[in-house]
Amino acid sequence: MAVRPSTPAPGDGLPGPSETGFIAIRDAVKSFGAVRALDGVSLGFAPGQIRCLAGENGCGKSTLIKVLSGVLRPDAGRITIDGVPYQRLRPLQAIRLGIQVIYQDFALFPNLSVAENLALPGLIEARRFQLRPAALRPAAEAALARLGVRLDPERRVGELSVAHQQLVAIARALRQQARLLILDEPTTALTHHEVQSLFATLRDLRCQGVSVLLVTHKTREVLAIADAITVMRNGRIVAQGSGADFDADALASALTGSEVGRTLPAPAPIPAPAAEPRLETGGLCSGAAVRDASLRLAPGEILGLAGLLGAGRTALASALFGLRRIDSGEVRIDGAPVAIEAPGDAIQAGLAYVPEDRLSEGLFLPRSIEHNLAVASLSARRPRRATLDRRGMRRLADDAVAAFGIRTPSVLPPVHTLSGGNQQKVLLARWLATDARVLILNRPTAGVDIGAREDIHARMRRLAAGGLSVLLISDELPELVALAHRVAVMHRGRIAGELAGDAVTEAALAAWLDRLA
Amino acid sequence: MKHCRHELVLAGAWLALAAGISLVNPAFLSLANLFDLLKAGVVTGILALAVLIVLVSGGIDISFTAIAAFAMYASCRVLVAAGSTDGAVAGMLLATAIGAGLGMVNALFIGALRLPTLIVTLGTAGLFRGCLLAFVGTGIINNLPAGLIRLSRWQLFRQTSAGGETIGLSAAVLALAAVAVGVAVLLQRTVTGRSIHALGGSAGAAERIGIRTVRLQCFIYTVVGALAGLAGILHAITMRNANPFDLVGAELTVIAAVVLGGADVFGGRGTVTGTLLGVFLLVTLNNSLILLGVPTYWQRVWIGAIILISVAVSARNRRAAASPREEAPAIGTPSQ
Repeated sequence: MAVRPSTPAPGDGLPGPSETGFIAIRDAVKSFGAVRALDGVSLGFAPGQIRCLAGENGCGKSTLIKVLSGVLRPDAGRITIDGVPYQRLRPLQAIRLGIQVIYQDFALFPNLSVAENLALPGLIEARRFQLRPAALRPAAEAALARLGVRLDPERRVGELSVAHQQLVAIARALRQQARLLILDEPTTALTHHEVQSLFATLRDLRCQGVSVLLVTHKTREVLAIADAITVMRNGRIVAQGSGADFDADALASALTGSEVGRTLPAPAPIPAPAAEPRLETGGLCSGAAVRDASLRLAPGEILGLAGLLGAGRTALASALFGLRRIDSGEVRIDGAPVAIEAPGDAIQAGLAYVPEDRLSEGLFLPRSIEHNLAVASLSARRPRRATLDRRGMRRLADDAVAAFGIRTPSVLPPVHTLSGGNQQKVLLARWLATDARVLILNRPTAGVDIGAREDIHARMRRLAAGGLSVLLISDELPELVALAHRVAVMHRGRIAGELAGDAVTEAALAAWLDRLA
Repeated sequence: MKHCRHELVLAGAWLALAAGISLVNPAFLSLANLFDLLKAGVVTGILALAVLIVLVSGGIDISFTAIAAFAMYASCRVLVAAGSTDGAVAGMLLATAIGAGLGMVNALFIGALRLPTLIVTLGTAGLFRGCLLAFVGTGIINNLPAGLIRLSRWQLFRQTSAGGETIGLSAAVLALAAVAVGVAVLLQRTVTGRSIHALGGSAGAAERIGIRTVRLQCFIYTVVGALAGLAGILHAITMRNANPFDLVGAELTVIAAVVLGGADVFGGRGTVTGTLLGVFLLVTLNNSLILLGVPTYWQRVWIGAIILISVAVSARNRRAAASPREEAPAIGTPSQ
């Protein structure tokens, strides 16, 4: 289990902006058009300290990272490194001065070996010409050993697990003498165990004198690891202090700017048991990932689906939605068997699927919000006419934007201009417009800020109360506990069992998952 | 390693093909015929190595045959107009330089203006070819400078066969060998070469670790142009004339040879050995089909099919490599 660090942060125990330290940014301002993304931010970084930067999407933390790493030029303010002031940094200059960012995609080269990935930046910076593959090995081994990782440096990075790729990215940053290591949402794609192991690595780096800036929206992780916490909202630092100064409620209210009693309210009442399940699967098999999966979902019920990574949850959802072949088994909707061979069949049957990766699997990023909202309804209703009902589309889009509180001036801008939470709302609204009876959600609030998350949760509860059945795949135990009437645990392609009613607690789920791991 | 396996498959395929053809026509395995095959592979081989560099970088170039034809014809015109008597070295340098210059035009659009490589080179292919025919000329030059003719007669391992026929290996293969070694060293043993791999693996990441991607792309397309120019003049030397209508249309064969050789059309992967084997396999196939009396338009069918199959295979491999994490059978706890 995670342990709250007991050592106070050196040089920073007091709340309030601190701008001392070997790397500091002072009065940084950055505007995009009329929006002030950074509005006078001052922040200092001390060696051997883990600072968490928390904030909702659009609060300016990405802009702050980009200014610190030299990707963006601030309109005003300055960055001081080892006492030397800079108006702005250039990306390579920032790296040379020891500021490294680990982005969510790690910026590694999947086609190159671990050793090459580790060595290439240094070779390029040194303007070396020759490269002897054999000579890279010892340095790579040393870099990995510093993190306590055992990996064959000859392996191609694309073959590694996400957690190992992340460690390679960190090792690469350290090889370039990173003194300030910035991690952007590093735990999004990691399992519980991998998160613990990453945190252990970060604590180890802290002992080695590295300053770590962890950007995350997960309050539990912030509280678990931070020596110091900085909360941003609307381009300003709104709260700051040592890790011990915050508890979950204080952090949550600092994040949203409103008093949030609890991050997640109590679950909705269980609907009256219906005679006929809305969705029922019997002995569903799909490849090696789903083996004999049977579940029942009543009208208006939210069924959580928990499990370890690789348990087959995404595969099950894909099979139900016609994205994977169903080898054998049965799917019934309201008692009637349905044959699902393609997503079109699933949509016709009243199923809707919001995939895990909304960017690559869900949204048409460059297209307008309107098109993104209307696209599933177009194919679901299969109008006889070949032409689009433009007025109908606009009405549908305007209604959805109003109903879901999607923050946008109109339905015409491309959907990628929205924040993560609003993008997720677009996706939800799109599928609800198809008059779906069963909604399958795959990690619906991953990478979504607290405000939007609560919105989404409230909406799901209301929809379920209105009779919609929801299959909720989630790794976030509090989310499952707060929303689901029952939680089924999937393991190695099978439904290993379920918890219902009062038995659904974080502790019970965590214990179960730990047993499976 | 996977690459080695792919190359063994190619070598095996060539041996099987050779065995099959020599059953029908034993003359296939004669030294003279093998030398002819090698000679026939020189121009395609150099062009293929040029394309390999672009494919590894994640781009594509379809203007290289137009560059080769332009460089070949223009340099021969210049040499003839200048009344050059030798022209061996000057011809090679001039063609290479013209090729590099035209490659820079590609580089300008692709690198500096950041336009998609396929469309840019499709456009410049038409541009170069049109300019060649409109401004440089359309007539075949048969009176090449003496130096180029002398190069065309230069042979290695010259010997006289029992029938009194002299056979030898065209010295043009030396150029192919030199380019092959050069490209292999560039791609495998230099930081620039690994940066080209990196660019093909992830362009965004390449930029973030400080690779100057614009400059690198300019380098790539200039080198491709230069190699195309060299291939062009070697073509003229082999044919002993300069025909502005030659070479264009060969890009399909060349790209097919490279993807057959295991280069990933989506970038980031490809080897010189594989490319050379791919070239040699296609050249053998083309030549032997002629020997077997198969109409030449069948070649287009094979080549089209080879491109499609290779692309399908590499797309499938790529999808398998990037399989969704839940596809995998239950993974245990990651290493502690």
